[in-house]
Amino acid sequence: MTALRVERVSFAYGERQALHDVSFNTASGGFTALLGPNGAGKSTLIALLTRLYDLQQGDIQVAGFSLRSQPREALRRLGVVFQQSTLDLDLSVEQNLRYHAALHGMPRKVANDRIEVELDRQQLSERRKSKVRELNGGHRRRVEIARALLHKPSLLLLDEASAGLDPASRQNLNDHVRSLCNEQGMSVLWTTHLLDEVQASDELIILNRGNLVAQGRADELAAADGSLQQTFARLTRNAVPA
Amino acid sequence: MTPYWECLRAIVFREWLRFVQQRSRFFSALVRPLLWLVVFAAGFRAALGIAIIEPYETYITYETWIVPGLACMILLFNGMQGSLSMVYDREMGSMRVLLTSPLPRSFLLASKLLATALISLLQVYAFLLIAWFYGVQPPAAGLLTALPALLLVALLLSALGLLLSNGIRQLENFAGVMNFVIFPMFFLSSALYPLWKMREASEWLFWICSFNPFTYAVELVRFALYERLNPLALAVCLGLTLLFSLLAVLSFNPQHAALRRAT
Repeated sequence: MTALRVERVSFAYGERQALHDVSFNTASGGFTALLGPNGAGKSTLIALLTRLYDLQQGDIQVAGFSLRSQPREALRRLGVVFQQSTLDLDLSVEQNLRYHAALHGMPRKVANDRIEVELDRQQLSERRKSKVRELNGGHRRRVEIARALLHKPSLLLLDEASAGLDPASRQNLNDHVRSLCNEQGMSVLWTTHLLDEVQASDELIILNRGNLVAQGRADELAAADGSLQQTFARLTRNAVPA
Repeated sequence: MTPYWECLRAIVFREWLRFVQQRSRFFSALVRPLLWLVVFAAGFRAALGIAIIEPYETYITYETWIVPGLACMILLFNGMQGSLSMVYDREMGSMRVLLTSPLPRSFLLASKLLATALISLLQVYAFLLIAWFYGVQPPAAGLLTALPALLLVALLLSALGLLLSNGIRQLENFAGVMNFVIFPMFFLSSALYPLWKMREASEWLFWICSFNPFTYAVELVRFALYERLNPLALAVCLGLTLLFSLLAVLSFNPQHAALRRAT
C-alpha cells in the first residue's frame, strides 16, 4: 500500500524552475525523510502536497486519492505540521483543536472524543485551557501534532517541524513522531535539511535544485560513501548557495 | 450539511473570540463615527439645512442625516480591517490551516466574509444605540428592518476588502490601499450630504457620487432604518455583493502571491 505517490511533478515560479519531473512513492506505515539543502524545492513540494499551490504538471496521490481529481478526499487523509507555526496564539490549546476539527467538518461529539485522545497522547491534557501564547516551542509543536492527527489522517506531513527548537526539544519531537509511526502504524513524511534527524533504517528521499537525486534506505545510500554526510555532500555539491 | 454547519459555526466563533479579545478594536470602531456625530455634525448643523427628502417625512437635523452614513462607515472600516487580517493571516501562515481544510475553498471564504459581517453588525448596533440616546431616533421597527440591509452592506464591503487584499503583495502596502479606498468611497457618497447638494456644488462630483457603490449602500440602510425599501439601492448592493464575492473567490489563490514575488 502506498501512502504517498508523487508522479512526474514539475513546478516553476515564472522562469525559475523549482521542481523538475519529480517522482517517488512512500510506503504505508513507514517513516520517510525528505532531505535537501536550502533551495532544493522541499517547500514547493510541501505547498503542492497540501494544495496551497496548484499542480502545474504531474499528479500527487495521498492514500490513493489524486490531488487533481479528488482533492477533498486527498486532503481528508493528510495531517500537516507546517514549518511556521499556524496556531492561533490567543486561543487555548483546546480551542485551537476544536477549530481545526470544525474545519474538517467533524461532528462535535466525534471531535470531543478525538480531542481527548490526542491531548492524552501528546501529554497535553493539563494544558488544555492554556493559551498557546503561554506554551514553549516544544509544547506548541505537540499541539500542532495533536491537531494534525485529530481527523485520523493516513499520512502525517511535517515540514521542518523541528526548526527553531533547542537540541533537546528537537530530539524529543523526533522521537515522539517516530513512536507514533511505530505504535500507530502512521505514515510519516519528515522534511528536514538536518542529517542528524535521519536514522539508518529510514527511507530517504533527497532533493537538490528541484531534482530528485536519490531515494532508498539511509544506510544503503550511505554505504557507497562511508557515511550519510558524505553521500549528502556528494549529491548536493552544486546546491543553491544559502 | 453538518460538516458545513460545524465549519461555519467555528469560523464565526473564532472571529467572535478575536473580537472579544481585542476590545480596543471595538472602542476605536465606535469612537470614529461618534466623533463625526458629536463634533462634526454639531458644527455643520447650523450651516447645512436638509430639505424634506425620501425616506424622511419631515425636516430632519443634520445628525439624523449622517447616522446611516456613519453606520456604513463602521462597516466600511470593518470590511477593510477584515481583509487586512486576511493579509496578515496569509503572511503569518495561519491562513494555511483554513486552506488545507477538505471543505471547498469558496465555502471557507464565504464563511470568513459572513463572520466578519456579523461582528461588524454588533458594532453598528452599539453605535445606533448610542446615537439613539444622543437624540437620533429612527422608528424602533426600523432598527429591525435595517438588519438585512446592514448585513448585505457588510457582506458587500467585506467582499470588496477581500478582493482588494488578493492583489496586495505585502502587509505594509495595505494601509495605503485602505486609505486610497476608504476615504474617497466615504466622502464621494451620500453619507455626508444629499446628492442634490452635491449637484448644486458640482455636476461632475454628483456623477462620481452616483457611480459610487457606497452611495447605494448608505441609501439602502437609510431607507431601511425608516422602514422603507429603496429597490435601486437593493439591486445595486445585491449585484455588487455577488460580483465582488465571485471575483474575490476566483482571484483568491496563495500561489499567486508566491508567483508574483518570484517574478
